Amino acid sequence: MDHIDILITLAKIVAAFAFLILGAAMTVLLERRVSAFIQNRIGPNRVGPGGLIQPFADVAKLVMKEDIVPRSANRFIHDMAPMISIGVALSTFAIVPFGNGIDIFGRHVKLMIADVNIGMLYLLALTSVGVYGITLAGWSSNNKYSLLGGLRSSAQLISYELSMGLSLIGVLMIAGTLRLDEIVLRQTQYIGGILPKWNIFLQPLGFITFVIASFAETNRLPFDLPEAEPELVGGYHTEYSGMKFGLFFLAEYANMITSSAIITTLFLGGWDVPYIEGLGLAPLTLALVQVGGFLVKVALVVLFYIIVRWTIPRFRYDQLMNLGWKVMLPLAIANALGTGLVLLLIA
Amino acid sequence: MTLESILFIVFAAVGLASALLLVTRRNPIISALYLILNFFALAGLYLTLHAQFIAVIQILVYAGAIMVLFVFVIMLLNLRDERSLREGLSWKKVFAAGVSFGLLMEVIYILMTSASGMTELLPAKATEIGTVEAIGSRLFTRFLFPFEVTSVLLTAAIVGAILLAKKKLD
Amino acid sequence: MVTLTSYLILSAAMFIIGATGVLVRRNAIIVFMSIELMLNSVNLTLVAFSAFLGDSTGQALVFFVMTVAAAEAAVGLAIVIALFRRKQTVNLDEINILKW
Repeated sequence: MDHIDILITLAKIVAAFAFLILGAAMTVLLERRVSAFIQNRIGPNRVGPGGLIQPFADVAKLVMKEDIVPRSANRFIHDMAPMISIGVALSTFAIVPFGNGIDIFGRHVKLMIADVNIGMLYLLALTSVGVYGITLAGWSSNNKYSLLGGLRSSAQLISYELSMGLSLIGVLMIAGTLRLDEIVLRQTQYIGGILPKWNIFLQPLGFITFVIASFAETNRLPFDLPEAEPELVGGYHTEYSGMKFGLFFLAEYANMITSSAIITTLFLGGWDVPYIEGLGLAPLTLALVQVGGFLVKVALVVLFYIIVRWTIPRFRYDQLMNLGWKVMLPLAIANALGTGLVLLLIA
Repeated sequence: MTLESILFIVFAAVGLASALLLVTRRNPIISALYLILNFFALAGLYLTLHAQFIAVIQILVYAGAIMVLFVFVIMLLNLRDERSLREGLSWKKVFAAGVSFGLLMEVIYILMTSASGMTELLPAKATEIGTVEAIGSRLFTRFLFPFEVTSVLLTAAIVGAILLAKKKLD
Repeated sequence: MVTLTSYLILSAAMFIIGATGVLVRRNAIIVFMSIELMLNSVNLTLVAFSAFLGDSTGQALVFFVMTVAAAEAAVGLAIVIALFRRKQTVNLDEINILKW
């Protein structure tokens, strides 16, 4: 480990964090503008050009608000829960490759923070730990609505984690590796010389189940039962105010961006921009274009998240569970089985 | 001191402290949280042994699934403080604690005095055997039958759990 | 240098703490968690031996222990829920109908 290596790693961490935090702020604004557009309103447009500074004004407001903790709440866990949420949301991003490797300062630098050889398992492990933030927030508030929200979230996340893991098995079998950068590299070829060999084309069923499970894991509508306003007041974060509420808010949007990045990496070819080899770009330009391609794809998936939220109504609790256990799980298993059979026949 | 020794001492201290706190706390949720902390310390210890697959599975299965189930049940039953449980000190408990402490001393004595005829340094091979490939090939060759039987065990457990926890059988 | 013996002593200590928890505590759920702790300390022994002997059998065995632990947790917690529904308590001393 050289000094330059450490500096490069630090630069990558800072870049990824800045991207996540700024991206989350911009996503909040985008969500408000898109929802306003869908509902035939204008949305926030006064603070800065087109409302660009609105999210920062909101953060300033949240920081200055009083932090209220209910008298009967468990103080320590009440403080800890938002930290768990935001910690998990930020650290999942560490394994996402946001570009192909570049040669700089005489060494090969992979454009991902942590190059772990069990990337996919790391992803699933962190997702499964993320449930504690919401569950403990609900429990520690000592409020029946919060508790119900926490209970719902743990049941929901456990149910959808299964189909999430199983829908990844197809991708895993095709790539033959758990490393996310290699999974992206496998997707840079073409099927029959025309169609990019992205996993969405090879694994359409796996893609659909994974996206639905991701929606459930990020607690976004139509699966936002842990915080369903009409039923649970505010769900797990009813008793949170000030910046602790802000952290939950930030975690939700950071999670959304991270899961969009993971959907992009696993199914939409990651940083791969198809047909770019024909242009004959210089290596550094090529790398930058690829990073740009990755960002565009992530932004499109985030937009998809937002449009779905403002279009589809919330599931009832029993419908949620039925969908998870009776539809998603069999579909994911069928997908794994089918992929295995096809791979066996080809080999 | 090498990095490995420092990591081992840190993880071992966290593991022991969280284990002690787990068995001494009144509130089951707090106990569960200390157990989760203990699992993370164990995952760290597995990493010092180069067992990456087991380390991640430890987090995924224990911290992410089994403990969520525990926390879920504690929250569902709404067990808050167990002051109502009347857990006083009795001579039986003191005796039990004494016996287990004696057992611990005995095991430590045996481990310290017996010549463990095996290499005391972590072999270089440890890195390769902890990978997903190594454990996977072991599971699907030598342990194929037990591996398949495991699925029967899990199915039986699911059916049994639903049967037991269901309100009314009809 | 960290030797095999240090891992074994650590896991023995954790096992004993778990066993003491089972013997001393009366809250069914905490007893349960102590059992999980004991299973985990055994896992640590298996992984330590596997790494120091250079043989992956021990780590494959850990995989089976985890499966059994998952099955045991599911069934055990279902029993706790059923008991709680019946007697409104998780105190093991009050669950004594079969005791003569």
